[in-house]
Amino acid sequence: MKVLTHKELAPSIFELTLQGELVSEMKQPGQFVQVKTTEGAEPLLRRPISISSYNSSEKQFTMIYRAEGKGTTLLSQRKQAEAVDILGPLGNGFPVHEAKEGETALLVGGGIGVPPLYQLSQMLVANGVRVIHVLGFQTKSAIFYEKEFSELGDTHIATVDGSYGTKGFVTTVIDKLEQEFATIFSCGPTPMLKALEAGYGEKRLYLSLEERMGCGIGACFACVCHTGDDPTGFSYKKVCSDGPVFRAGEVIL
Amino acid sequence: MSRLSVELPGLHLKNPVMPASGCFGFGREYSQFFNLDILGAIMIKATTPEPRFGNPTPRVAETSSGMLNAIGLQNPGLEKVISEELAWLGGYDVPIIANVAGSQITDYVKVASDISKVPNVKALELNISCPNVKEGGIAFGTVPEVAKEVTKAVKEVSSVPVYVKLSPNVSNIVEMAKAVEEGGADGLTMINTLVGMRLDLKTGKPILSNRTGGLSGPAIKPVALRMIYEVSQQVSIPIIGMGGIATAEDVIEFFYAGASAVAVGTANFVDPFVCPTIIEELPKLLDELGFDHISECTGRSWKQNEAVTNYRP
Ligand SMILES: Cc1cc2nc3c(=O)[nH]c(=O)nc-3n(C[C@H](O)[C@H](O)[C@H](O)COP(=O)(O)OP(=O)(O)OC[C@H]3O[C@@H](n4cnc5c(N)ncnc54)[C@H](O)[C@@H]3O)c2cc1C
Ligand SMILES: Cc1cc2nc3c(=O)[nH]c(=O)nc-3n(C[C@H](O)[C@H](O)[C@H](O)COP(=O)(O)O)c2cc1C
Ligand code: FES
Repeated sequence: MKVLTHKELAPSIFELTLQGELVSEMKQPGQFVQVKTTEGAEPLLRRPISISSYNSSEKQFTMIYRAEGKGTTLLSQRKQAEAVDILGPLGNGFPVHEAKEGETALLVGGGIGVPPLYQLSQMLVANGVRVIHVLGFQTKSAIFYEKEFSELGDTHIATVDGSYGTKGFVTTVIDKLEQEFATIFSCGPTPMLKALEAGYGEKRLYLSLEERMGCGIGACFACVCHTGDDPTGFSYKKVCSDGPVFRAGEVIL
Repeated sequence: MSRLSVELPGLHLKNPVMPASGCFGFGREYSQFFNLDILGAIMIKATTPEPRFGNPTPRVAETSSGMLNAIGLQNPGLEKVISEELAWLGGYDVPIIANVAGSQITDYVKVASDISKVPNVKALELNISCPNVKEGGIAFGTVPEVAKEVTKAVKEVSSVPVYVKLSPNVSNIVEMAKAVEEGGADGLTMINTLVGMRLDLKTGKPILSNRTGGLSGPAIKPVALRMIYEVSQQVSIPIIGMGGIATAEDVIEFFYAGASAVAVGTANFVDPFVCPTIIEELPKLLDELGFDHISECTGRSWKQNEAVTNYRP
C-alpha cells in the first residue's frame, strides 16, 4: 500500500495513513494488520499494529504506533508515496452492535492501546450510542488525539505523573465517573485490562489483548491463551485469529 | 510442470516445495490465501497421542534474520488430528507428511501406527528433534543408538515410508544420519531448529517463558546447507532440506547441497504466498541456470567434481 501521510503526533508516536485496495476488506474496528517494516530479512517478522480508522470509499486507513524497537523505528522513516507491505485486515475486532442506540458506552484506552478506539467511537456515535472516553498516558507530552476524541464525546485523560488531567490510571477516573454505562470497550496494557476485569467484570466488557506473534493468521500457535471455562486444560484461543478482542472472562489474561 | 516433479519413497510430488511442520498449522489458515493443491506436499504440525497445550507465552522472539520459538508441540492430539484435520485436508489433492512426536517410544509407535493408516498420509516425519519439550524429544535426536531404536520401532508399525527429522544440535550429524538409516529410515528431513536464547534488556531475563527456543529462518540457512552437504554424501536415502528457505534461489542451493525436495518454514509467516511464489519462479530459474529438470541439481556441489574426473571424451 502507498503512504499518503506520515507524521509524528507526539514524541515517537507516529500517525501513518496508507491507501490501497486492502481497505475494502476492513469491516470492524479493532482489527489489526501485520506490517513488514523493511524489505528483506532484517527485521524478519511483521509487526502487528491496530487499524486506528479506515475510510472504505477513499480506500485509506490510518494506524498510530510508537517507534520503539528496530521494526517500528524503521517504519517511522517511510516517506510519502513509498510502498509499505501490509497483511490484513486480521482478527476479530470490537462488536459494535453490542452497544444499542440510546445507550452509553465507555471506551477505555491505555497508551498505544488508544488508536483502535477511534474508529470504534466513530461507528458507535453513528449508531446513536453515547460515548465516554477515558484515555490513560504516561505523561502530558505523550497524549495524542484528545481533540479527535472530544469531538465524539466526553473525553477524560489520566496521566501517571499527573502532568495533565487526572493523576493516576484510567481506573482512577472510572471509579469517580458519575454517568451510567452498560458496555465497556478497552484496549491497552495487560495490567490495565486485568484491573478493568476485576473492577467492572459485571458490565458488558470487551478487551483487546496483545501477545507476541509469529504469523498473525492462526497457523503458528505463538499467541495462544487459556480459556476462562478451562483455565488449565487443553482448550485455547489464539489472540491473532480468535481475538484480539475478547469478552471479559472468555480467556485468561 | 513435470520438470519440477519428484519421486521419493511414498511421495509423488508435483513439485519439490512443501510447507515445513509447525509453520503451516494443518493448512486451514493458508487455504484462505491460495489453493493448497498447488503444493508438492504438506508437512502438518507435530501430533502427539494426547492433546498438548504447549508452553506459556511469550513463545516467540525475534533474532537477527531469524526467530526463536518455544511452542511446545501444542496440538489437539492424535484422535482429533485424524478425525478433523486430516479429514479436512482429504478434500485436497496433496500428499500429507505427518509429523510424529512424543516423549517416549510408545508414544511414537502409537501415533505412527494410527496416523499412517489415514489414506492421504503418504509418509511420516519422525520428529525426534524438537528442542522445546522437557522429556524425550531432543534426547531421541542426539543419541545415535536411541534414534536408531525409535526409527526401528516406528518402521515396524508404519504403513507408509518413514522420514526421520534430524536435529542440528549434535556434534556429529553424519553419525546420526547413518544411525537412523540403519534403523530403516526411508528418508531424512533436515534441519530442525537450533537451540538459542534472547534476553530482555530491561529485565535481564529470557524473553521466552521457556527460556530457550528453536532458531529458524534465514539465519540458519548456512548451517542447514553444510549439514545436508555432509550427510547427503554419506547416506543413500533422500533428503528433504529445510532451514531458512525463502526464495527459488534458496531451493536450488539446497538441491546443490544434496536435497531432493525442500520445505519452507518461517518464511510463510513473513509472506503467506511464499510457497506459490517459489513454485512459480522455479521453472524460470531452471531455464536461467540451464537445467531441464530440477533433480539434475541434487548434490551438484559434490557430484560435479566426480563428473569431471570421470569425464572421458
Ligand atoms: C493485536 C495487536 C495490536 C497492536 N496495535 C498497536 C498499535 O496500534 N500501535 C502500537 O504502537 N503498537 C501496537 N501493538 C504493539 C506492537 O506490535 C509492538 O509495539 C511492536 O511489534 C514492537 O515492534 P518493534 O520493532 O518496535 O520492537 P522490537 O523489540 O524490535 O520487536 C521484537 C519482536 O517482539 C515483538 N513485540 C515487541 N513488543 C510487542 C508488543 N507489545 N506486542 C506484541 N509484539 C511485540 C515484535 O512484533 C517483534 O516480533 C499491537 C500489538 C498487537 C498484538
Ligand atoms: C513456530 C514453529 C513451529 C515449529 N513446529 C515444529 C513441529 O511441530 N515439528 C517439527 O518437526 N518442526 C517444527 N518446526 C521446525 C520447522 O519445521 C523447520 O524445521 C525449521 O523451522 C527450519 O526451517 P525454516 O528456517 O524454514 O523455518 C517449527 C518451527 C517454527 C518456526
Ligand atoms: S501469531 Fe501465529 S497463531 Fe497467532
